Amino acid sequence: MSDEAPRQQSFYEKYEAAIWGFGSIGLILGIWEAAWDAKMISPLFFSGPSAIAKQAIYAWTQGNLKGDLVYSGTNFTLGFLAAAIAGVVVGILVGWYKKVRMLADPILNALYATPRVAMIPLILMWFGIGMWSKVFIVFISAFFPVLVNTVGGMRAIDRDLLRAARAFCASDWQIFKTVAIPGAVPFILTGIRQGVALGLIGVVVGEMFGGSQGVGFMVAYGGQTFATDTLFVGVFIIALAGIVLTWLAERLERRFSQWRPER
Amino acid sequence: MAVKLQIDHLTKRYSLQREAKQVLALNDITLGVNDGEFMAVVGPSGCGKTSLMNIVAGLLPYDEGTVSIDGKKVHGPGTDRAVVFQHASLLPWRSILGNVRYGMEMQKRFDEATMQERAEHFIKLVGLSGFEKHYPGELSGGMQQRVNLARALAADPVVLLMDEPFAALDAQTREFMQSELLKIWTKAKKTVVFITHQINEAVYLADRVAVLSSRPGRLKKIFDVPFDRPRTLQLKRDPRFLALEDEIWKLIEEESDRMGMVVEDAI
Repeated sequence: MSDEAPRQQSFYEKYEAAIWGFGSIGLILGIWEAAWDAKMISPLFFSGPSAIAKQAIYAWTQGNLKGDLVYSGTNFTLGFLAAAIAGVVVGILVGWYKKVRMLADPILNALYATPRVAMIPLILMWFGIGMWSKVFIVFISAFFPVLVNTVGGMRAIDRDLLRAARAFCASDWQIFKTVAIPGAVPFILTGIRQGVALGLIGVVVGEMFGGSQGVGFMVAYGGQTFATDTLFVGVFIIALAGIVLTWLAERLERRFSQWRPER
Repeated sequence: MAVKLQIDHLTKRYSLQREAKQVLALNDITLGVNDGEFMAVVGPSGCGKTSLMNIVAGLLPYDEGTVSIDGKKVHGPGTDRAVVFQHASLLPWRSILGNVRYGMEMQKRFDEATMQERAEHFIKLVGLSGFEKHYPGELSGGMQQRVNLARALAADPVVLLMDEPFAALDAQTREFMQSELLKIWTKAKKTVVFITHQINEAVYLADRVAVLSSRPGRLKKIFDVPFDRPRTLQLKRDPRFLALEDEIWKLIEEESDRMGMVVEDAI
């Protein structure tokens, strides 16, 4: 609690970080556009902000951008939700039961250490080049960060709290409910945040490998046909999705750790 | 006066895996605590005070002897005891009210309405009215220890076990908490076992002070504390208080010296 009386902040004071942040983005875009306008950039290898914006509007109104967004969004959402649920459930089981941990550890470690990209050709063989291969790639990309963090959270159980619970005759089930699970929540949410980032990579890479739809395909296709403006539209959409989803996940993380002192 | 807590010929050994031998932590301790009595246990560090506390709390197994409450032998934790821990050990995601209810919720001895009523009563008793909805992270160390105490009292134990509850507090807060504890204890009328390494604290609070020797922990002597209640912090400057403190201090110092000699011999 501060003893200072609340003081009216000026607009600048309130939004200082935002003003500088947007300022730097604006500056870079301005220089970029100027260079593009002066024909200092070859459209074969790079593009300019106005050309990208034009292409985005074209793709939205005339092209299949809406369809690509829905396709990629569906792939991501299905794969990510399945990964979050499975990661939390398996993580709780592995973290809580020693036997399950001993049983699962070698397999999970081996899978965790394998680069997921290396498994994509196999996944395409299993699921074909349709959407389910993409959903599955998102799933295995997002599953491990959720799993590993959940297991970590279950194992990071506070010894002092455990002792207090035991002294008050708490049963294992009561300890699970009142100490282990609430203590693991911040870890789980960290896993969710990492899973969002990796799932997003998964959906893009998956669509690049096979198929004819989605934002990932758009980027790959733009590259193959030297359509750099199309390529950049895709890149910016992915970047924006990453920023928004990470921001949402961070908010969720904060919402569930309000009890933490001083953040 | 009826004996509430009886410790009989209690012996505890720890096995050291590295040296494949056992170390005697507590040796043949016999100690009775009367109904409504405030018993302090002091001793040099490493005398097994905390082991003793954990054994009585039912959190640590022991090798020989018995611990009984109201004549019934104690196995594991029970609703007849509650512990005030050195570290507040509060659930950070539960409000103060939720934390004070925690022990009762685990023990399932009271119905919902009674739990709520008791929680509110003991929050008031420890002077935290108005903080029910706050979280532990928002409270000072001293206030957290009040919650820790309220949680234990709300569980309605026969014997209240306190494990150096003020050790982590700064000197001023500690003194304040000591006099607060005496007021609360007078109202709550509980049998208390209070572990501490501070002789001054033990003498100020307790009816009797049990002194343990170091390694192995053995009951060296029990001092009666003759001062009238209610006691004020003024008492700490009374010559009789200082004399008693000094007497206990000398006994413990002898112990430390003895240990010092042994250590030197070993080197």
